[in-house]
Amino acid sequence: MVSQPILELQNINKSFGHVQANKNVSVIVNKGDIYGIIGENGAGKSTLMSIVFGYYRADSGIIKINNNTIDIKSPHQSILSGIGMVHQHFMLVETFTVLENIILGFEGEFIFGEKLKEAKKNLEKLCKDYNLQIDLDATISDLSVGFRQRVEILKALYRQAEILILDEPTGVLTPQEVDELFKILRSLKKEGKTIILITHKLNEIMNLTNKVTVMRQGEIVGERNTQDTSKEELAEMMVGRSVLLRVEKQKAKIGEVVLEINNISVKDDLDVMRVKKVSFKLKKGEILGLAGVTGNGQTELLEALTGIRKIESGEIKLEGTTISSNSHFSNPRELREKDVAHVPEDRQRMGLVTEFNASENIIFGYHHKPPFSNSSIMMGSNIFNHSNAIMKEYDVRPISPFLKTSNFSGGNQQKIILSRELNKDPKVLLVGQPTRGVDIGAIEFIHQRIIDMRNKGAAILLVSVELDEILSLSDRIVIMFDGSLVGEKINENVTDREVGLLMAGITN
Amino acid sequence: MVKAVDKTKVPWWVANVIVPLVNLILALFVSGLFIFIAGENPYQALKLIIYGSFGYLEGFGYTLYYATNFIFTGLAFAVAFHCRLFNIGGEGQAYIGGLGVFLVGYYLTGFPISIVWILAIAGSMLFGAAWAAIPAYLQAYRGSHVVITTIMFNFIASALMVFLLVDVIRDTSQMGPHTVPLAEEQWFPMFREIAGWFGMKVGYSPLNITFLLSILVSLGVWFLIWRTKWGYEMRAVGHNTQAAIYAGISPQRNIILAMLISGALAGMLGVNEILGVHHEVMVNFPAGYGFTGIAVALMGRNHPIGIFLAAILFGMLYQGGSEVTFDMPNITRYMFVAVQGVIILFSGALENLFRPQIEYFFVSKLKEREA
Repeated sequence: MVSQPILELQNINKSFGHVQANKNVSVIVNKGDIYGIIGENGAGKSTLMSIVFGYYRADSGIIKINNNTIDIKSPHQSILSGIGMVHQHFMLVETFTVLENIILGFEGEFIFGEKLKEAKKNLEKLCKDYNLQIDLDATISDLSVGFRQRVEILKALYRQAEILILDEPTGVLTPQEVDELFKILRSLKKEGKTIILITHKLNEIMNLTNKVTVMRQGEIVGERNTQDTSKEELAEMMVGRSVLLRVEKQKAKIGEVVLEINNISVKDDLDVMRVKKVSFKLKKGEILGLAGVTGNGQTELLEALTGIRKIESGEIKLEGTTISSNSHFSNPRELREKDVAHVPEDRQRMGLVTEFNASENIIFGYHHKPPFSNSSIMMGSNIFNHSNAIMKEYDVRPISPFLKTSNFSGGNQQKIILSRELNKDPKVLLVGQPTRGVDIGAIEFIHQRIIDMRNKGAAILLVSVELDEILSLSDRIVIMFDGSLVGEKINENVTDREVGLLMAGITN
Repeated sequence: MVKAVDKTKVPWWVANVIVPLVNLILALFVSGLFIFIAGENPYQALKLIIYGSFGYLEGFGYTLYYATNFIFTGLAFAVAFHCRLFNIGGEGQAYIGGLGVFLVGYYLTGFPISIVWILAIAGSMLFGAAWAAIPAYLQAYRGSHVVITTIMFNFIASALMVFLLVDVIRDTSQMGPHTVPLAEEQWFPMFREIAGWFGMKVGYSPLNITFLLSILVSLGVWFLIWRTKWGYEMRAVGHNTQAAIYAGISPQRNIILAMLISGALAGMLGVNEILGVHHEVMVNFPAGYGFTGIAVALMGRNHPIGIFLAAILFGMLYQGGSEVTFDMPNITRYMFVAVQGVIILFSGALENLFRPQIEYFFVSKLKEREA
């Protein structure tokens, strides 16, 4: 069979502010391919597909479908060009039936009648052709996640999609549902449809695709025929080997165990078990790096350790006494009073009230006690003096305690959080993504501060998706994959490749 | 298209004085058009409004009396709003608050006046807060939206009060659905009585010392929101609930707290109406002040100073408007409801209509001057 290109992307560029999400990306997808695009979170995969589907417009570059250059301005136009997309978060009206959801936007006539019956007949045929078992009259809210995804696929097929884009389709599925999905995708391929699979899971790529492209930091690192490559090679390409910013640090003076985590399990908001029986010990004077691809349970683990999320089983001990178990858990305020400080992963969503002024955020979480307040009244001059001093110390610019926090740059917002959490010399410091979206100068400053805390004897857990950061700061590294710890390494001569493989779930 | 302005460069007086003023002038201009179409002279109407509300002492008294009610209900809305709660139930909370005032006065007849007054004020707050408590609980622990529940509670309050006023606490010596009057020594001093103590002769207006109370309460609300731990935590929950949880602040606790304080403030409308003016509870005495309070708070940007000014403006419209309808036969009472609507539209819904242009204008002017 001579393969002919169905979708061609040439030199696509897209920036959001200073961040270049796609840099000169060129891809050719042939008809009948199952084409994988793999890369870490934030590598630019979703952005690229959003451009193809018409959510974003590329700053420059050409999109060709069946050798015709087209300018995709909206998802509607993209659908008309034969592209269908199944999103990570489904776009379904929960109170509608399957049929109503599928014809949404393509109802055909004002009053439902013949067209509806016709649509139903067509859909039944489609279901049979592709072996999709769906009850067209079921209400979406009664369907499991796996079935909802099938509805999305059917919706795309009904709109005569020739190219089907799936964005992280297995993230929310159980293993059985994943098998079912793969079966469906293979039968679609047999019928001549083209499938683009966006994922960060190597197994799926190896299992399903015939061609794969690896993206990193907005660029294409390489393209391979799946049969000619291996998980190891792909993992190495994904993680990359950029020049490390090794930070100067003296040898760690490691002391006794401060925080002990025994077999804890944690669920997310959707009741999915995200942390599965994790145990580790955190010692005085060390930085323990927790590496892992985003979404493997690090967020939930961190939130459980800080009292924001409750644990299902297991226990957390601080200096030998149990502070959280499934029957009792300490809330964030109690933990803070026991000198456990927390720099949250997402500063805007959790770490700051951006509408507050800087000084109000500098005392946030510590506001309920002297010197910042007495039993009921906030102590304005103490807060102001403290803020002024600490903003100077942590080099927050500008030093204006009354300026609204949203007017500070990302790096300076992060410094506000660090100044607040490090200031009290905590025993335990739990840090999530300390330098996400922060410029180079601030990164160095933040790294230095974290190392200073370790030298002063704090026990530090560093959660980061930046492998470089983990490698340059940590004394010891644990790797999390799919809710479990899959490896532990003392950080001496550890290569990014070793850790990268573990991050991708390759343990042999 | 006007380019977006760097918000940090906009002087505070442009954002908080010039822009509202421009909106107000626009609203008055559009209202003038209405009056012109109705066949009257807008300029004369404006003169009448200003004279009617500020030109003589009795009229001025009415203006401040209306403003007193708007201050309470405006503050009530604002406190809840700082916790991002839309308390539409001011009307019902005020209604029940009035019942609190009356019950204290009625059962403490003969007690020392200062004690009765303090307890009556406390009673208005307690009853108002109690009426907000169930919607607050439902929002905090069950996620039922306060907009829905407080609207329902307005209807329940209304039905409950009609029942009480007809069947339980009606003044049986009379036909109307209202209570007996409170003992005369319990009545709040009227403004004209106080003027009388200084030898001034002033005609009747319902203005009484509750107006001073409303100013004290405004200061108290300012202090509460920006200077206390409660205010700080309520604002944190309102702006970013996730962050509040992270900081160890309980959203449930603060939702309930904000609603209780809001209900208590709305309840204080009962002090003005019952202790100050009517001295008895009658059917539907809150007369829509609870709803207008929402507009007052929005126009006053949920700040006590803004609410005070907006309350005076609405008092002026109420009082001046009735003078205009009296003197100009072509203009009905409903016309002034429309004028209020236009003001709410321009200062609330269309608040940002000209903001970018105005801010751009001033920022570029200031830049020129610096250069």
